[in-house]
Amino acid sequence: MHTLKSIPVIVLAAWSCAQPARSAPAPAPTTTSAQTRQDTTRPRSAPGLGGVSTPNADPFPSTYRAFPSRTTLIRNATIMTASGPTITGGSLLLRDGKIAAVGANVSAPSDAVVVDGTGKYVTPGLVDTHSHLGVYSAPGVSGNSDGNEATNPVTANVWAEHSVWPQDPQFPRNLAGGVTTLQVLPGSANLIGGRSVVLKVVPARTVQGMKFPGAKYGLKMACGENPKRVYQNRGPSTRMGNVAGYRAAWIGAESYRRRWDKWNADHQGDPPGRDLGNETLAEVLRGNIYVHNHCYRADEMAQMIDIAREFGYSIRSFHHGVEAYKVADLLARDSITASIWADWGGFKMEALDGVKANAAIVDRAGARSIIHSDDPSGSQRLNQEAAKAMYAGRDIGIAVTPDQAIKWITINAAWALGLHDRIGSLDVGKNADVVLWSGNPFSVYARTEKVWIDGALMFDRGDPVQRWRTDFELGFVPELRLPGGAR
Amino acid sequence: MINTSGVSVRRSSYVSCVVAVMLSCITSAACAQTIAITGGRVFTVSGATIDNGTVLIQNGRIAQVGANVVVPADARRIDATGKWVTPGLINSSTQLGLVEVGLENQTRDVSARGREAIAAAFTVWEGFNPASVLLAPAREEGITTVVIAPSGSLVSGQAAVVDLLNGSLSDMLVRAPVAMVAQIEDARSAGVNARGELLVKLKELLEDTRAYSRRRAEFERAQTRDFVAGRLDLEAMIPVIEGRLPLVVAADRAADIEAALKIARDYGVRLIVAGGAEAWMVADKLAAARVPVLTGAMNNIPQSFSTLGSYQENAAALRRAGVDVILIGDTGTGDAETFNVRNIKQEAGNAVAYGMSWDDALRAVTLAPARLLGIADRYGSLEAGKVANVVVWSGDPFEFSSRAEHVIVRGTEITTPSRQDLLEQRYRTLPPDYRRP
Repeated sequence: MHTLKSIPVIVLAAWSCAQPARSAPAPAPTTTSAQTRQDTTRPRSAPGLGGVSTPNADPFPSTYRAFPSRTTLIRNATIMTASGPTITGGSLLLRDGKIAAVGANVSAPSDAVVVDGTGKYVTPGLVDTHSHLGVYSAPGVSGNSDGNEATNPVTANVWAEHSVWPQDPQFPRNLAGGVTTLQVLPGSANLIGGRSVVLKVVPARTVQGMKFPGAKYGLKMACGENPKRVYQNRGPSTRMGNVAGYRAAWIGAESYRRRWDKWNADHQGDPPGRDLGNETLAEVLRGNIYVHNHCYRADEMAQMIDIAREFGYSIRSFHHGVEAYKVADLLARDSITASIWADWGGFKMEALDGVKANAAIVDRAGARSIIHSDDPSGSQRLNQEAAKAMYAGRDIGIAVTPDQAIKWITINAAWALGLHDRIGSLDVGKNADVVLWSGNPFSVYARTEKVWIDGALMFDRGDPVQRWRTDFELGFVPELRLPGGAR
Repeated sequence: MINTSGVSVRRSSYVSCVVAVMLSCITSAACAQTIAITGGRVFTVSGATIDNGTVLIQNGRIAQVGANVVVPADARRIDATGKWVTPGLINSSTQLGLVEVGLENQTRDVSARGREAIAAAFTVWEGFNPASVLLAPAREEGITTVVIAPSGSLVSGQAAVVDLLNGSLSDMLVRAPVAMVAQIEDARSAGVNARGELLVKLKELLEDTRAYSRRRAEFERAQTRDFVAGRLDLEAMIPVIEGRLPLVVAADRAADIEAALKIARDYGVRLIVAGGAEAWMVADKLAAARVPVLTGAMNNIPQSFSTLGSYQENAAALRRAGVDVILIGDTGTGDAETFNVRNIKQEAGNAVAYGMSWDDALRAVTLAPARLLGIADRYGSLEAGKVANVVVWSGDPFEFSSRAEHVIVRGTEITTPSRQDLLEQRYRTLPPDYRRP
C-alpha cells in the first residue's frame, strides 16, 4: 500500500497536474454513451467531433469484453456477501457473467463447473480506490514514471489512462491478490492532478481493453504538503497558496461551464474555444466526474468541503485521510467516503496522527470507510489491511464485525467509484467478480485460490501454467523454480 | 497540539499516571519485579513448546521456564491460560529513534555524509532518540528489541541493537556495534557510476583497511600512500576484515549476491545479505557459505532491475535450502520506518502462507536474529538466564486478531501508551469541546 506514501517516492515522483485551462466542458453526461457509439462507428476518414470543436465525452472508449466464462457453482463455502450477513455452507452461482444465485440452497445446473468451497471463503472481487498501477509501473525507473505531470500545479487536462502501461507486471500480482477493479489516479504533486481511470484487472494490449465500461471518471486533487513542496520555488509554496490555486481553477471552470452550457442550449454563433482542463473541471461542476481528494489533515478536509460548497461540486472520497477520524461527523454529513490506510502514517508532518482505528471510527460515525492502498504491495493484501483496521477498532471498543469490514474493501469502494450497482457485493444480478479464498480472508494465512471477473476465471493458483504474465515479464522475470515444483 | 481546556484537564490526569509509570520504571533495574506467567502455551523457540507452562522472571532475567515451576509467593502472577507466550520479537532492520518524521530533514539522523561515500566510522546509535514517539507503537505490538541501522552511501556505518524500554540510550543499548552496513546495488549512492566500479571501490576499502591496520605508525607519520578512506573509517573497518564484526551487504540481484559472496571469501569477511530478493536463485551457495539472509516475505514485485526475480516464496525457499533467514520488512516502502516496524509479524505470517514452517517463522524474528547479532546468549529464546523480554499474546502472534497483552522488557512490563493510543482515546468519542461546528 505504499508506493506513494513512501517518502522517497513522494519526493522523486511528481504527482500529476493539469494546466488550469479556461475552456470546455463536455456535453451533459447523459449524452456520453450515445456519443461513444457514434464515435466508434464513424468512418475513419471523417474528422471526429473533438477535432471540429465540440467536446467528445468519451474519446477513448472502453473496448473491454468479458473473457469467456463457464457457468460455475461454488458450493459449501463461507460467503461474505458485503451486503447481507455471512452465509455459512452457502453456494454461489455464476452464469453469463453475472451472479445468478446466492444462498444456502442453490442447485447446480447440469452444465455448471462445480467448485468445492468446503473450508473456504468467498468474497466479492476487491476494489481499490487508489492505485497507481500502470502509471508508476514496475520496474520503477524513470522511463516508467508517468504518474505526476509535475510541470504545473493545476493539470486538469491530463488523463491517467494516457500514462497507463498495460504490461505493468504489477497488474497480474494485483489480480492474484483478489483485486478485480481499481481506480488508477494521477499522483499528488499537483493541486489538481488530472483524470483518473477505472480499470478491470485483466490482460490487455491497450488501456482501452482494461477500462471499466461506463465507469465515471474521477478528478484527482491534492491538499497539503505535496503540492507546496513540489512547487515551493514557483508557488504554491504554502497551504494558503494551495487553496488560492484550487479556487482560481474553479472560478475559471465555472465561467467555462456557463459559456458552454449556454452554447449547447442555443447553438448561437461559433462554439466557445475548447480547453481540456476546463472540460474536465466543468464536468465535475455538472456532477459527471467524481472528486477524489488526497488530503491528510482534518482541518484541510474541512476547508476542502467548504471549497466544494463554494463552487457547487461534491467530494466523493478523501484519500489517505489519516485524520478522517477527527472529522468523521463531517464526512458522514456530506456523504464523503474516507479512502484510508489501515496502519500507515508518521512519515511526514501531515501524517503524524494516523491511528489504526481510523476506519472503525469513521464507520461508526456513519460515513463509508474504505481501505485503499496507494501501493502495489498493499493493494495485493487489502484483506490483510482491512483485518488490521477491524481489530484496531475492537481495541478501542468499536465492535466492528467481519461483515462490516469486508465492505471497506468491496462495496464501499465500489460506491466511491459510482459502481455500487454493478460490483462490490454478491447480490443476484451483479457482475460476477468473485474471489475464492483458502480460508478466512482476515487471517494472515489466507490466500486467494481463484478470482473471477464477469464470471470468467482469471486467476487460478492451482494452474500456474495459465498464469497471466505480462509481456515485460517474458525473459526478464525468472520463473520461480523450487524444490518439489510447488509455487 | 490542540489545546482545549476540557480536554487538557482530562488528559493531564491520564498523562500524569503515565508519567508516574515511566518514572518508576526509568531504568530496568529499578522496576524489575518477580513475575510469573502461568498457564500459557510457552514457545521457547530454543526447545520444545510447553503447554500450560510457566515463565518465571526475576531481576530482569528469566529465572525458570517449564511445566513444573514453583512460583514464589511474592511473584506477580500473569494468568496466561489460553494465551501464547513467546520471546519478545526482534526487528533487525529499523530506523527507530533515528528518523522521527521521514520528510523532515531536521529529524533524520540515519545517513552520514561520510567521505567518498564511505561512512564506516558512523556510529548511528550516538544520535538515537530514546524519546522517539515511534518506539511505543512497535513495542505495544510485541517488538521488544530492534536493530537500528544507518543507510545510504557505499558503507553506511555501524548498526546497534537496542531494547525498547523507557530509559536513556545507555539503558537501552544491548550491543553496539553489531554490524557494519553497506550496499552494492546502487552505484550512484556509492558515488560511482557502475556496479563493477562499486565493487572495485569496496575491495579497495578492504585492502586499504588491511594496509592501514599493518601500518598505523607510518600512517600517523604520513608515510603511507593515500587511502580511500579516512583514519576513523579505516579504524572502524578493521573488525570487519578481521571477521569480528559482520558486514551486512544490501544486495538483491543474484549476481550481486554472488559478488558479495566472493568478496567475503577473498577478504575473510563475515557476510550477511540484506534484501536478497533473488537469493532463492543462489540458495545453495548461500547455504554452503553459511551466509544468513535478512529478507521479507511480502515482496513479489520486480520493483527494480535488481529485484526482477522477487517472489514471496523466497524466504521459505532459502530456509529449505538450509540458509538462516531473518525476517524483516522489505517491501521497499519504508518498512524500516515509523509505524511499520511492528509489521514483521505480518511478514512472518505471510512467510508461513508462502511455505515457511510456523516454527521457522517465529525463529526468524527471535532466535535467528539474536544469533546473527551475537546476542543469542542473552536474547531470542525463553530459557533460564536470558534477558526477560517476553510477550504474552492473546493467540497466534502472527494473526491480526491477536494482541500483545503483556509486553515485558528486561523483566518489567511496559504499558506506556503510544501517542496513537492517546489520539484514539481522545477521538474514540468526539471530545465535547470539538463538537462545535
